[in-house]
Amino acid sequence: MTSLRIFFIGGLMSFRALFGWLSPWILIPTYVVAPIFQICCSSTSAALQRCNPTSSTSSAMPSSTPRFPASFAMTHTIAGERYQNTLGAVLATPAKRVPLFLGRSLPVIANGFFVSGFAFAAGGAIVGIHVPARSIAPIALVIVVTSFACTGIGLATAGIGLLARDTATLDNIVFGILLVFCGVNVSLSDMPGWMSTIAQGLPLTHGIEAARKLADGAAFSHVGGSVAAEALVGLIYGLAGYTLIGTLERQSRIHATLERA
Amino acid sequence: MGVWAATSTAAGAALQRERWHGTLELLVAAPAHFSLVLLPVTIAMASNGIYSMATTLLWGWLLFGIDVHIQHWLLFCIAVPATVIAIGMLGFLIAVSFVRYRTAWALGNLLEYPVWLICGFLVPLSLFPGWVRTISWVLAPTWGMRSIRESALGGSPLPDILICLALGAGYTVIGVLVVEWFLRAARVRATLSLT
Repeated sequence: MTSLRIFFIGGLMSFRALFGWLSPWILIPTYVVAPIFQICCSSTSAALQRCNPTSSTSSAMPSSTPRFPASFAMTHTIAGERYQNTLGAVLATPAKRVPLFLGRSLPVIANGFFVSGFAFAAGGAIVGIHVPARSIAPIALVIVVTSFACTGIGLATAGIGLLARDTATLDNIVFGILLVFCGVNVSLSDMPGWMSTIAQGLPLTHGIEAARKLADGAAFSHVGGSVAAEALVGLIYGLAGYTLIGTLERQSRIHATLERA
Repeated sequence: MGVWAATSTAAGAALQRERWHGTLELLVAAPAHFSLVLLPVTIAMASNGIYSMATTLLWGWLLFGIDVHIQHWLLFCIAVPATVIAIGMLGFLIAVSFVRYRTAWALGNLLEYPVWLICGFLVPLSLFPGWVRTISWVLAPTWGMRSIRESALGGSPLPDILICLALGAGYTVIGVLVVEWFLRAARVRATLSLT
């Protein structure tokens, strides 16, 4: 019961406090207004380049939207403890580490899903796309899986954040890599081979590919492989991040390096 | 874009960061006017964007073979710092305007894409309705962007540079007035370190 309480209640409180949402109104500019402007930027750029915004931007941008709420939030909900001088107190508790850290990922995934869902609806309305009704539920599932994968890379960067002082810069580097490599604005087929190869190991890539096909009317059975690949990528990053956090916690006890970085 | 990105979020959080570090009271208590402390900080933030500009040009040339031919080098070298200074002044206005908000960084972050969009960084302003162009006229990045583009393409960037700097000066004047008001209110209510 204690572990469940830490997982659900502790995770929600950590998300709200450490990512800065104790006052919920701030969600509106960050998660409602900003995605709309992101979509406007991408769709107008696509229009200028005479691309087809209905197929490229409208499905890719909302699918890529979890990279901010999921990746950034996951990093801040763990690495932010040190900034608030609470990391030592948290790690000194006897709480089990799995609910302690993974509980923080659940609100992050949920947030990523809702922000992406809103961005999809708003982006569709702005650009004027038509998505087949039968594709909406599969796209929702793709967004959940993509949010999970972005949370996984957020957990990995949170682990690195226990080594490096400036997690915001680290997050922005990850943000830029995902934006350029994952086919958000430029299709993978238009990129050099090495970039496309790297993209296969990054979250978002397979989710965006699946969302694009579903928006174009493909059946879910045709994108099952991409969805599974996206989930696998997220799982690998998540496990790597959790392992890194655990290792650094043990190292910090041995070398007293918890607050040093 | 790099100059604005370096300014918007950082400026939004500038005073909050001082508050977290416990240095805001010391800066306010210093004999120098608080504006003289904060304005160089925001201009320095904007100056970081020069690195973005230089590396973008360098990578574009090295990786993609993009040659940028500058027609008026002298005017280009005037237009870039003028734009940076004006954007830094806009950052100053943002920093002092958001001082009462705990999550000012999020508000600063919010401004990143809209300014890219409506100041003509990504797409020509002619694509937008008239009311959007009216908003863009009071934003210094619009004129800074135009001055850089005109100096590179061989136009006449001087009027754009002057308008950009004039708008920057206007932001500074407004910012100083906001600082005066904010400090007076903070002293009366003892709220300097509170949000």
